[in-house]
Amino acid sequence: MKQTISFKLNGKPVTVQVSGEESVLTVIRTYLDQTGTKFGCGLGECGSCTVIIDKEPVRSCMITAEDLSGKEVITIEGLSPGGTLHPLQKAFIAHDALQCGFCTPGMIMNAYGLLLKSPKVSREEIIRGMDANLCRCGSYNRIVDAIESAAKEMNKN
Amino acid sequence: MRTDKEMDPFFGNTDKPVTYDRRKFLKNLGGGIVVVFCIGDLSMPDIFGQNIPLEDLNFNAYLRVKENGRVDCYTGKIEMGQGVITSLAMVLAEELGVSVYSVDMIMGDTELCPYDAGTWGSLTTRFADPPIRAAAAEAREVLLGLAADRFGIPKDQLEVKEGIIYVKNDPTKKVSYAELTKGQKIVKSLEQKPEIKKAKDFKLIGKPVISLDAEAKVTGKAKYTGDIKLPGMVYASIARPQVHGSKKLKVDASGLKDFDGARLIEKGDLVAVVHTDPEIADKAAKSIKITWEAPAARANNETIFKYLEDNLKEGKVFEEGGNLKTGRDTSKTVKEASYHDGYKAHASIETHGATCYFEGDKLTMWASSQTPFGTREAVSKALEMPLEKVHLKQIFLGGGFGGKIYNDQAVEAATIAKLCGNPVQLVWSRNEEFLYDKFRPAAVVKTAAGVDENGKLTLWEFDIYCAGTRGTNLFYDVPNNRTRMFDQKGIHPFGTGAWRAPGNNTTTFARESHIDVMAHAAGIDPLTFRLNNLKNENMAATLKLAAKTFGWERAKKSGHGYGIALGEDAGTMVAIIAEVQVDKNTGKVNPVRIVCAQDMGQVVNPHGATLQTEGGITMGLGYALYEEIEFEGGDVKTSNFNNYEIARFSKTPPIECVFIDKMDAKPEGGGEPAIICVGGAIANAVFDACGARVYRMPVSPERILEALKKV
Repeated sequence: MKQTISFKLNGKPVTVQVSGEESVLTVIRTYLDQTGTKFGCGLGECGSCTVIIDKEPVRSCMITAEDLSGKEVITIEGLSPGGTLHPLQKAFIAHDALQCGFCTPGMIMNAYGLLLKSPKVSREEIIRGMDANLCRCGSYNRIVDAIESAAKEMNKN
Repeated sequence: MRTDKEMDPFFGNTDKPVTYDRRKFLKNLGGGIVVVFCIGDLSMPDIFGQNIPLEDLNFNAYLRVKENGRVDCYTGKIEMGQGVITSLAMVLAEELGVSVYSVDMIMGDTELCPYDAGTWGSLTTRFADPPIRAAAAEAREVLLGLAADRFGIPKDQLEVKEGIIYVKNDPTKKVSYAELTKGQKIVKSLEQKPEIKKAKDFKLIGKPVISLDAEAKVTGKAKYTGDIKLPGMVYASIARPQVHGSKKLKVDASGLKDFDGARLIEKGDLVAVVHTDPEIADKAAKSIKITWEAPAARANNETIFKYLEDNLKEGKVFEEGGNLKTGRDTSKTVKEASYHDGYKAHASIETHGATCYFEGDKLTMWASSQTPFGTREAVSKALEMPLEKVHLKQIFLGGGFGGKIYNDQAVEAATIAKLCGNPVQLVWSRNEEFLYDKFRPAAVVKTAAGVDENGKLTLWEFDIYCAGTRGTNLFYDVPNNRTRMFDQKGIHPFGTGAWRAPGNNTTTFARESHIDVMAHAAGIDPLTFRLNNLKNENMAATLKLAAKTFGWERAKKSGHGYGIALGEDAGTMVAIIAEVQVDKNTGKVNPVRIVCAQDMGQVVNPHGATLQTEGGITMGLGYALYEEIEFEGGDVKTSNFNNYEIARFSKTPPIECVFIDKMDAKPEGGGEPAIICVGGAIANAVFDACGARVYRMPVSPERILEALKKV
């Protein structure tokens, strides 16, 4: 049985037909064509599907569509409205904190959630907060550098 | 069906399908100057199994200076995170005299790009780069010629800056490449090597350039195979056996009636479901009950090493010198050991995928493939289609590491698309990715080595089972030596293949562990012992640079240890020194710091080379410390990242990379080399920290505690 759910995606209200059991990842990628968020493992083990739901970074492959109703979702596509890059995106470029780029949207969204909660985060807290996100190309150290410098930049404002 | 707009966000210029016919290709390219690189000793050599059909050789690199002043660079290589989308653009921009930001890389499109056997073996910079430089240098000369005609002065009175040709000493007289190419169509076949720039004249090569695709990747705009969505597309999910080599006996698909719109696709042992919703396709596929006949298990992850030794009796000599008996007789101490390494998965974060559609009898496909031309061939064979009826398109790969040389998913997707009549997307689940990965093979290396009373190596016996001989030419000076290889097709219970610098990871672990064993047996510091026994001067210089950068003489903290490993891969010399801390009670290893020195010849993009080196070392920590496939025969028990630990943020220490300055040399490999030394350096550092000599990777806490009992 299909049901209709409404929520906010990157600031815009959306209404979508769902069965309710499918993952938020499928809703975002397949139903709404926002493909920046990636499928990596389907078990919440790699973090490449990370999005922000009501200010919390979550694994979109582990949450069902029916839990989306009335929520506010931010994906990688929502970080640069009007084409202006978010300080995290700028810092990821400046530190070249990526290689194949497949884990990158999840990394950035997880970092975004981390900085929402603790804007003055220490290097150790970044490492702890990011530890469940996997990068096979091995860009970890650069990602930590990027998040550190983005946090500094964001705290200036 | 117009589908190419899908590629607009990053790959703007691949939307002109042309057939696999050179004359037609050139015609369809439109205006602008085209340079075709040509056959002969300038072409890509046939090495590392790059079996290139002869007729394809005369077409192996080209570029186009377009009428808008931008430059297309065509290469059969693909971008999977290794950064050649940047480094190849750099060498082209350097020679042509344009901004690197005006170069558009057209990669891995089987109808637009020159044939390429595959992106592997750290070959791109070594072998795709020279023809691109040559083509660019030739294009520059053609453009200078046109400008010389226009101004009525000789070429040598002109100079190029950022795509504009100036008359020397008269800045008012200038003409841009864009103006010069308007209405022009020049096709050049290179017969001779054009003059390419010397290192002293480089403006761009050797300077750090941030990855050109970084912005596309941080915004989510970069497209991967699973991001392509086609009108009328269905998602495919395949019902798999749990055990490799299973034969299908009976299919009960009666459960499909519960899934509206699910269609069964069956051909041979392939049983799949397609549906417009990927999750329904998955659930429906799981509802199918298949009776499989599975082959009996012959080995598991513990017994595999004995199994390999027992079943591989015929060795082939790879290298030998002197006399082994003399070696034993003149040794003061002889030590023997067997080194083991389990199966490793590639575990790219992007699983294998393919998206494709038929238009009439023509198949167009995006696939996460390191070998687009090989994939085209495999699909055309499997579906009995002419080669030119299969078109692989450019797409980013979410990691490869050798695992995407093999593309069974492409044949599966094409087969399903043909049977169901819709465009199809097939993205493997993580479980399928582990089950059908072509693992780095489990391997055994049996060694015997001897030293004399002066600490000189006198004997080296090295018997390699299933790890290959890549990088095993002895760079130590040992008068009596023999390296043999034992291997046989089909010996493994499932697929195996190339894994970032293949078996060189295993053999380097074995060699460098055993060199350490010999240094300790001789009572000599491992750094001094290596320097005393190296015959390769470049390797010695690389080791010295690593030791100096690391500070080998620094006092160690309690519980900490230092370990060295040396290796050679893809023409590059690598020296890694690792510092670890080991908890003797738990056996846990905490990597503290890693220094890597490399002699990789000319470093085109030092920043890109650093990224690759850091990445390889980080990835290498996984195989050294955590990664091992668990299996019982063809039943691969490892299914996801919760039972296959790879390196993480908290496990990655500071990594420092230094390169020997050789700007006048030719460039060597960069994507793979550094990773080979991680296992050996970590194992030796663990020994230095706590006295545990672990002969099997990964160097896990259990194995360390077990080894500590013997200390």
